[in-house]
Amino acid sequence: MPVTTIDGRQVHVNEEGFLTEPAEWDEALGKTLAAQIGIELTDEHWKAIRFLREDFAAQGETPTLRRVTVAGGIPTKQLFQLFPQKPAKKMAYIAGLPKPHGCV
Amino acid sequence: MTTTDTAPAIIPDFGTEATAGRKLAIICSKGSLDMAYPGLILANAALGEGVETHLFFTFWGFDMINKKTMHELKFTPLGNTATHMPQGLGGLPGITHMATSKFKKSIAELDVPEVPDFLEQIVASGGHLWACRMSADMNHLTEEDLYEEVEGIISASDFIEKTDGAQLLFI
Repeated sequence: MPVTTIDGRQVHVNEEGFLTEPAEWDEALGKTLAAQIGIELTDEHWKAIRFLREDFAAQGETPTLRRVTVAGGIPTKQLFQLFPQKPAKKMAYIAGLPKPHGCV
Repeated sequence: MTTTDTAPAIIPDFGTEATAGRKLAIICSKGSLDMAYPGLILANAALGEGVETHLFFTFWGFDMINKKTMHELKFTPLGNTATHMPQGLGGLPGITHMATSKFKKSIAELDVPEVPDFLEQIVASGGHLWACRMSADMNHLTEEDLYEEVEGIISASDFIEKTDGAQLLFI
């Protein structure tokens, strides 16, 4: 796995650039990751990102978009507005987690 | 000599440029519960990848958007060899009901929504639902009879026109 330098610190990423060590993440890094894909994080973005982190810690896997809506309480429509085009993958990237595996 | 880390940050390619303009058209022509899901799952996946997605409900697929039937789609082993049950069993009373309950339970265990909720999610994700004009006329149905999020009852040629350049799936 490649090691890359983001914000002056070294982090482990996969070949696509997703963090492979969730523990290397903190909110400052999340902010930088978001900026790299053109997203400036507002409180609403953070609500989703924090849900992803908490759910991953509890379940051991990245929640799907549906789970962020149903268990996280953030409407699907809003997720598409906050993280345009590919909300599930963009959220996972910013949260320093693997891409979700679920189909739905 | 000290080594300097010059590797640039690896940023995922979310393919926004490449995705721009990609369209998917899905024709849903079946009214059984098991055949409703492939179109819904693929539509949902495409929307999650930023692909403009249109679903056209035609013939038996109309049951997926008819308010009277959309909550009541059924799964039957009758005539379906993929269940690997003796075909004679398929005709027994109550089998369809039993198979439907079991199917719904398996789907729910995967956190996959039932058909009406799934349609709602697809619309919330920016998907477009269209009803087939001929199917509506054959069954004497109007927009009043259909799921509210259906954008309109249109002819086959209108659908083909709307999905110009799209990749197409017939289910």
